[in-house]
Amino acid sequence: MQRIPVKPVPELVRQAAASGLGPGRRGEEAAGLAMAAPAVILLAAFLITPFALAFVMAFTNQRLVSPNPTAFVGTRNFSQLLTVRPFMMTPVTDPETGATLRDDTGAPVYPVLRDITRRNPDYPQFDGLRELASWQLGERRLYLLASDVVFMRALRNTMLFVLVVAPTQATLALMLALMINQRLRGVNIFRTIYFMPVVISIVVVSLLWRFIYSPGGLLNSMLTGLTFGAFTPVDWLGNPNTALGAIMAMSIWQAVGFHMVIWLSGLQTIPGVLYEAASVEGASTLQKFRHVTWPGLRNTAVLILVVITMQAFALFAQIDVMTRGGPRDATQSIVFQAVQRGFERQDIAGGSAISVVLFLLVLSVSLLQRYVTRERAR
Amino acid sequence: MSGRMVGARNERYRVLWRYALLIAVALVFVFPVVFMVVSSLKPDLQLLRDTGSLRAFLPVGDISLDNYVAAFKRAPIGRFVYNSVLVTSLTVMFGLFLNSLAGFAFAKLRWRGRAIVLSVVIATLIVPFETIAVPLLMMVNALPWLGPDGLTFGWLNSYRVQIVPFIADALSIFLFVQFFKDLPDEIIEAARIDGASWWQVYLRVIVPLSGPVFATAAILKFLAMYNMYLWPLMVAQGETYRPVMVGLQYFFQLNVAWGEVMAYLSLITIPVLVFYLLLQRAFIESIAASGVKG
Repeated sequence: MQRIPVKPVPELVRQAAASGLGPGRRGEEAAGLAMAAPAVILLAAFLITPFALAFVMAFTNQRLVSPNPTAFVGTRNFSQLLTVRPFMMTPVTDPETGATLRDDTGAPVYPVLRDITRRNPDYPQFDGLRELASWQLGERRLYLLASDVVFMRALRNTMLFVLVVAPTQATLALMLALMINQRLRGVNIFRTIYFMPVVISIVVVSLLWRFIYSPGGLLNSMLTGLTFGAFTPVDWLGNPNTALGAIMAMSIWQAVGFHMVIWLSGLQTIPGVLYEAASVEGASTLQKFRHVTWPGLRNTAVLILVVITMQAFALFAQIDVMTRGGPRDATQSIVFQAVQRGFERQDIAGGSAISVVLFLLVLSVSLLQRYVTRERAR
Repeated sequence: MSGRMVGARNERYRVLWRYALLIAVALVFVFPVVFMVVSSLKPDLQLLRDTGSLRAFLPVGDISLDNYVAAFKRAPIGRFVYNSVLVTSLTVMFGLFLNSLAGFAFAKLRWRGRAIVLSVVIATLIVPFETIAVPLLMMVNALPWLGPDGLTFGWLNSYRVQIVPFIADALSIFLFVQFFKDLPDEIIEAARIDGASWWQVYLRVIVPLSGPVFATAAILKFLAMYNMYLWPLMVAQGETYRPVMVGLQYFFQLNVAWGEVMAYLSLITIPVLVFYLLLQRAFIESIAASGVKG
């Protein structure tokens, strides 16, 4: 009996589909649209629209509830947020002799800063500004004046938070991943434990640590115990010098397991043959890490830095629960300021302007990181 | 022979040293949680006194569930838990359905505009929620709703304001697209030839094959929703619609009763931890999967 060569069915279907015939692809266009539509419409409504709104509102005087109509105000919101001007203050001089006036101790007398920043016709550019920082340069004083000192602190703290937390957390997470990646019995139990804080709400974690950091709290008593009483207890969250650091440490503690897991999945893509080859050639542990592990982790490293950076820029819950920006604005953050204005003071325009600044910061940092990666890949 | 024994002993010391290090690090991650649970069983005075010693981590002294009883008296905890469970489960359910459906459409169906729409969806991944919270607040404050009271405006203080905006999310869609892409086209074509509609293909062919990605998306969404703080803080002002995280504020009036705080924290954390310990493989793999989004 002669067999007629038959093409496999999928092949036939594919041909039919390519020619626009057959049952395989009927109604595909309509079905595709209908199935994607619900999720896409929701995203457009509740993510893309408010995102676009932020850019519009940032140029208006919009409030959550207001008797006055909304009006465009140009870039006023941004200049109120971001204006920073240096001012060199010279001591007061005698109008006749031109000599520097001095007080009883011989120290030069300076004009009062407030007189310069409050409707002084000689200095219109400094009107309404406040002191952000100052340095003594010989007999002169250099002031840095800002329109919104609190926001500038928030900007500085958030940048500092990102710059410290991103590399520290990435490094610690890698160390944990290397520990977990050992061939030891029961090592997965430790993976489970190290990861555990990730599933706990940051709000719960923040409250717990608020207690741990308190003057009579666990940390102080542990440190006192370990040093046999030589350690003087610190009010970690009440001291402007330690508050931000304390929040950084806790944030790392909470999230490091997350990045450990990402490192681990990167580590597991490195073929074991490479390690065996290195062993045969007599490589030390350190050499193996430098020449086998690290080159295999480059993509993971970039990914982790991007993810941590984005998470760190969003710093909010820790601040809200632990310090509310204090003490003396030492822990203000960008998002905390956006919420303070947009929600608590119902100043939607001000909050939106801060959101736009935050988004542009995140965008430029991730573009920068992407650029750096591209260079490396070549 | 003795040399080999010394080598074996060195090896054993090395293993011991490694375990010691692993355990020491584990203590760092465990101690606040142990402290929380243990403290929730102690009266305030003893709780504060015990922080000075190792007793802080031991359930010793005057142990009782009094703090839990007091916490339930102080705040409508049942209500908060109900709200959290309702909001989280509805969002996860609707989210799994709509995001997987969209993922299927993006991965397996050919329609005009698909590539552009997908790249816009993926691009939204770099927009942090915190940057849209304030304008979203203004938006939901003006949105209409057709309910039993007829047409009303403003979504504040409701369940829908905590659910609807979070159903669709780009990360879930992305995970579904990645997973569905790897399913062979042949099974879909075979089903089509058997006369299945696209809807039936999704329901009878795709969904049964995709357990792992549904689990991943569900876990990620569950964690994000249950732990949500900023948004409910803004939109749920009365206790009627408050979830557990915002309910915490009840415990920080004039003088803080730390025992009750610890009881409440334990109450809202332990279920998640148990859930995590039971499904820890799936949890950890979900996070690893979400990390691949770069």
